[in-house]
Amino acid sequence: MDQFDGPQNAIEVFGLTKSFGRISALRNLEISVPWGTVLTILGMNGSGKSTLIKILATIAKPDHGTIQIAGLNPSESGKSIRRNIGFITHTPLLYPELTGRENLRLFTRLFGLTDYDDSINEISIKMGLTLQLDKKVSSLSHGMRKRIDIARAMLHEPLILLMDEPESGLDQQALELLSYIVEDTVKKSCTVVMTTHNLGWASSLATQVAILSKGTIVHHSMDSPQENSGLDSIYKKYSGTNR
Amino acid sequence: MIDFCKIIGSIVWKDILLESRTKDILLSVILFASLVLLIFNFAVEPTTQIMAMVAPGIMWISITFAGVLGLTRSLALEKESGNLHALMTSPIGREAIFFGKMLGNFLFMFFTVVIVFPIFTVLFNVSTFSINLYLIAILTIMGTSCVGTLFATMAINTRSREIMLPLLFFPLIVPIIIAAVEATSSVITNSGAGSQYQWIYLLGVMDLILLVICPLGFSIIIEE
Repeated sequence: MDQFDGPQNAIEVFGLTKSFGRISALRNLEISVPWGTVLTILGMNGSGKSTLIKILATIAKPDHGTIQIAGLNPSESGKSIRRNIGFITHTPLLYPELTGRENLRLFTRLFGLTDYDDSINEISIKMGLTLQLDKKVSSLSHGMRKRIDIARAMLHEPLILLMDEPESGLDQQALELLSYIVEDTVKKSCTVVMTTHNLGWASSLATQVAILSKGTIVHHSMDSPQENSGLDSIYKKYSGTNR
Repeated sequence: MIDFCKIIGSIVWKDILLESRTKDILLSVILFASLVLLIFNFAVEPTTQIMAMVAPGIMWISITFAGVLGLTRSLALEKESGNLHALMTSPIGREAIFFGKMLGNFLFMFFTVVIVFPIFTVLFNVSTFSINLYLIAILTIMGTSCVGTLFATMAINTRSREIMLPLLFFPLIVPIIIAAVEATSSVITNSGAGSQYQWIYLLGVMDLILLVICPLGFSIIIEE
């Protein structure tokens, strides 16, 4: 799929509602994310950030609302959407008893990549993993596991990168690497949506920022956070840290 | 179809590789099944008449009870490290994940049968060297793996998954166990091919139904 021939927005969400029993996680949420942008979603714990990312990643189903990802509806074209998204969470989604290479090989097969050894070698050089790739994941540091996890998510060169608090547990070097990955993704006119608590790091990368509170978007700025001097106080207001 | 089989093969290969490293499932399942057989061996007087009556039941109780341990562990491994989400964000159908996990569980349970059958022969003096008995085992394990994989997926999202799985699993596999016990009894007592195949056909039909229903159920319950 080529995003340049497709719809104007990478992601469009209208009237999204999701509840878990009596707990309402998302309420009538609406958001559009154009191609080639980085949307950072800020919000306190329980604000619905992770639920939103899971729904966009087709892991969770919404109760109501319309979602278009790269112009496709997840309920009808889930497989096509998943072929074009990369998904990273705060926990590395890897099998600890397999080596990094075995983990990556499994996902190249699931993604139907034919030249999987080339893909693995290419991404491992990019992520600085070549020396660690044949070690069991359980024997590696958290930072190194996260690098392999990022490699897993980037193996198939996704058009849309979804990240749920990706910076958690990363050392400075790995954080810089992740920043580079995000910038490189956007340079290719791909889209990044990420949730974070780290306002400083998010400010350096985001081209637009949204604040989620109690399941709804309470602030959505199309400006880069660096140009939006009031963001810090708005975030503090909704995260309850403005004392 | 080839791609579908390759995907299922990749998931099964991953499960076998993980098991070969951790030995989490097979060791506990085989040990548990053997212990159940040993306890029954002490509890039941091993006369030929009594054995013909109770041996098939003992055999399938030990295998299915032990199988529950493996089913819980197999899905818990995916949940604990969050890997179920990684599989779910791959461009594969939910039914491919189901068949991959189900076949992995099937292989582990079949391996258990291969080990437990000779132990059963030694302890109860009942021959298990019969092709029909292995056919019954394959069909029974196929059905229980289908139901087990579905309900283990449901149970891992609950707080008390170790309790929840048996509560959901055993009532639903009662028809499979009845057919398996009757078929095994026919083989052990050598009561004629007609009687044996009647139950084997029934097991086959139940498996076919479960192979259609369980993947559909899995696709619904796997998404939060």
